[in-house]
Amino acid sequence: MTTTVPAPEAPETPQDERVSSRAGTAKVLRRPEVGAAVAALAILIFFSLTTASFAQPSGASTWIFTASSFAIMATAVALLMIGGEFDLSAGAMIGATGLTTGIMMTEYGLNVWVSIGAALLLALVLGFLNGLIVMRTGLPSFIVTLGTFFVLRGVDLAVTKQLINQVSVTSFQRADGFTSGQQFFGSFVKIDLGWLPWVDTGRQTLTVYAATFWAVGVVIVATWVLLRTRFGNWIFAVGGAQTSARQVGVPVFFTKVILFMTTAFAGWLVGMLSLFKTTTVQSTTGVGQEFIFIICAVVGGCLLTGGYGSAVGAALGALIYGMVSQGIVYEGWDSDWVYAFLGVMLLGAVVVNNWVKARAEALR
Amino acid sequence: MTDQATPQEGRRRAETGGADDGTVAVDERNDETSVPEGAAGGPASNAPALPKRGEVIIEVDEIGKSYGSVIALRDVTTSVRAGEVTCVLGDNGAGKSTFIKILAGAHEHTSGSFVVDGIKRQFSSPRAALALGIATVYQDLAVVPLMPVWRNFFLGSEVTKGWGPLRRLDIPTMKEITKSELAAMGIDLRDVDQPIGTLSGGERQCVAIARAVYFGARVLILDEPTAALGVRQSGVVLKYIAAARDRGLGVIFITHNPHHAYPVGDRFMMLRRGRSMGDFPRAEMTLDELVRMMAGGTELEALGHELQREMPESEMSRSFEQEIGSLEQGRERD
Repeated sequence: MTTTVPAPEAPETPQDERVSSRAGTAKVLRRPEVGAAVAALAILIFFSLTTASFAQPSGASTWIFTASSFAIMATAVALLMIGGEFDLSAGAMIGATGLTTGIMMTEYGLNVWVSIGAALLLALVLGFLNGLIVMRTGLPSFIVTLGTFFVLRGVDLAVTKQLINQVSVTSFQRADGFTSGQQFFGSFVKIDLGWLPWVDTGRQTLTVYAATFWAVGVVIVATWVLLRTRFGNWIFAVGGAQTSARQVGVPVFFTKVILFMTTAFAGWLVGMLSLFKTTTVQSTTGVGQEFIFIICAVVGGCLLTGGYGSAVGAALGALIYGMVSQGIVYEGWDSDWVYAFLGVMLLGAVVVNNWVKARAEALR
Repeated sequence: MTDQATPQEGRRRAETGGADDGTVAVDERNDETSVPEGAAGGPASNAPALPKRGEVIIEVDEIGKSYGSVIALRDVTTSVRAGEVTCVLGDNGAGKSTFIKILAGAHEHTSGSFVVDGIKRQFSSPRAALALGIATVYQDLAVVPLMPVWRNFFLGSEVTKGWGPLRRLDIPTMKEITKSELAAMGIDLRDVDQPIGTLSGGERQCVAIARAVYFGARVLILDEPTAALGVRQSGVVLKYIAAARDRGLGVIFITHNPHHAYPVGDRFMMLRRGRSMGDFPRAEMTLDELVRMMAGGTELEALGHELQREMPESEMSRSFEQEIGSLEQGRERD
């Protein structure tokens, strides 16, 4: 580990002799996502060994899909949390955008892409409003977005019932342009993994849905933004010390509003992904998931107080959630155990994160 | 890095008449690193160049500030010169904060004159002060504890390369500049990647000072930089103040400790209950006098007597005397 580091800039920046080579290892261990990576690996091994289906390609398809759509949301929520804010309306946003698209396609016979665009616009406006209210009133975002959450939840149900006399939208395969929409959000590739030694015949097909590719893209972009751009610098700054950030000229209002809009955008993306995969959307879609996103982000190393965390970590948190929620089913246990498990993970992660933070801030 | 270039530039500008004719004296440093514009709030990169050492940058004459009928500050006269340290001394509530807030542009003065580069000024915002290269390092230092040193150094004025969606932070450049700028201030960091929260109080002060210097400050206002520090850390900060002075900056050093002010100060201005007690060049002042004036002269003497009486001859004082005696013998032997 210490010798394999390629160092093209080594001649310009000679290593300080006081930084021992062990510091490289220590630095890796201090990364926010390390804990989640270790936990994810342990869980993967556990379920692979104790259940018959978990490690089979056909069985893995399920939890990979679940983990993917949660990873998209968790990544966006993690960025927002690093920026020092929460968004409890993130889950309801999935339902709201899905319903908007679904109703426009079925009830009004509009083109799929028009409906998708309208839902995107709605999401961005709602995200902007979240940010605007939080920044203008100075209220905690926890309260403001709790309000948005209830409004969305109520409107989702009431408006849907008003418009179509039921609480879910289905059968919109006939809508104009549906196939192209499905290619974008609902398609999948099948990969034959029969050559792997442990795979049984008949279960060798791994189905990778579009959501997984989107998730990988979102995590890469988010990591790039966080670590390599000015905006990423600002995210850490507004979450870590808002007053200081303002003093040195960071546009705090802009940064936070963009973060709220990013979360709403992710809600729209997941809304589309679930709409086109399942070809159905219910008024309650996404409701109750907002805390799971936050837990994924925290398990991935985000501090609840802001200013610290990683996008990869949040995605790993989502992977843990995906594996556990499906692994418990394969074990034949009651699926409600997932919540108990999540609670334990959350508490453990918060304790570890706070310890890391204390170490990072301690005088040396 | 532009130690030699800037004074020359200043001289040239002085010859062509007025260092504030609106033409932009672009700092070379900022050219090559292309610090983006719109680094709003951050010290302006197009501040006028540094004048010659010893030349007056700021001159305040009988300046004062009143809030309605409450007079917070009156009749304060002093000057700040390039390459010199002006110390503002005063006890709590003496009006130090009001004074620096006027200089930093946070408050407008209500009487007297405030002259920068020979032109009368009335600042309406800190931005106006920054545009003239007057930067303030407040006690909280405006740093984000969990962020690495180099990210803090460039926060709000990040250096980027590439364009469009590939526009990204120029991390090697920023790390290098951070390291070399801190080295120029006499601080040698193990690793600019460590969170700034892990630095000592003195080192954090240094980063804040170095940052202001790098982003074009000509006058540095330091608000009680030694107040929360121990003896040793205070010494470290005094060293950085001297380093900034030696780079040709004008420094305003606010403190209530004459022992910190005297070693670095070229000029001392004392405030007491909102009034100036006088403005003295170092040549007219000894440390004893400074301490006496700060403490209110006779009051301190009375206190001294009182304390003496309460320290009767004891084991401890005898052992002290012995120790001092042996030290003196040792010195004679050398």
